[in-house]
Amino acid sequence: MLRARFLIPAVVFAALVALLAIGLTLDPREVPSPLINKPAPAFNLPQLDRPENTISQKDMLGKVWMLNVWASWCVSCREEHATVLALARTGVLPVIGLNYKDERADGLAWLARLGNPYQTSAFDHDGRVGIDYGVYGVPETYIIDKAGVIRYKRIGAVTPEVVRDKILPLVKELNGNA
Amino acid sequence: MRKLLALLLGLILAGSALAKEAAPAVPDPALEKRAVKLEEQLRCLVCQNQTIADSHAELAMDLKKEIREKLKAGMNEDQITEFLVARYGDFVLYNPPVKATTVALWFGPFALLLGVLAGLFFYLRRRRAAAAPPLSDADQARVQSLLDASEERQ
Repeated sequence: MLRARFLIPAVVFAALVALLAIGLTLDPREVPSPLINKPAPAFNLPQLDRPENTISQKDMLGKVWMLNVWASWCVSCREEHATVLALARTGVLPVIGLNYKDERADGLAWLARLGNPYQTSAFDHDGRVGIDYGVYGVPETYIIDKAGVIRYKRIGAVTPEVVRDKILPLVKELNGNA
Repeated sequence: MRKLLALLLGLILAGSALAKEAAPAVPDPALEKRAVKLEEQLRCLVCQNQTIADSHAELAMDLKKEIREKLKAGMNEDQITEFLVARYGDFVLYNPPVKATTVALWFGPFALLLGVLAGLFFYLRRRRAAAAPPLSDADQARVQSLLDASEERQ
């Protein structure tokens, strides 16, 4: 009986450690997006490489596609770039870029240097479309289905694991259902 | 030496000239006040522990501009809050609504306090119940004789 009582602080301590350990594995930057299963916000922006042409989310209706928010000033975008390039090259789904709060020349130079995975990039110079998409930590990635509904959002760099475990199965499912 | 000083001074002045100006205040002070009051209740998602009013992050600057434009366009505070929640989720609110997912947040601390108070109450009651039993007559007599003995010694 006496021994059991001395164990109480140890048990409380262990519970606290477990709680804090779980807390450490969570990423506070990953805020659940309210946009999941909502129609992708409308935009109509000039294209980065062809300013005279525009691109709108409507142009992509009928396709499962990926919207990847990037900027030449964004460090994590470089980190994920090889993965996005590899994904785009497989042709599994069209990848559209949203060049967020960037300068046109900088964005184009960045693509010329590192390779261009995007069919085209929408040029969101003042970040208005970014606000509509709830962008707060570039890079961000959205998977949008044939009806124009956002089905998945990734905040932060896309990794090969994310592509393998999340994006590819989802794209398969979305293409299969239609 | 003088050249060095002049160079330093030049650098300092150049620095201040390059510093970014604060976003121009809306000429209407009433509207500015409303905007700031609203911004103080909104979390900056980039820095997370600052309000939009406090933050100088790019996104916070853009949202300040957005909020002012919306107020000017005649939208009220609730509509603007709704606009932001639709994009960034409840996380932007420093005063989150009470709903199923936030019950633990709102009532968890009170539940914890009640639990601890109840535990303390039962612990104290048990301790009182387990207090020393009254002395038997024999023990009482013995105590008295000991006390008397010590008095006599003095």
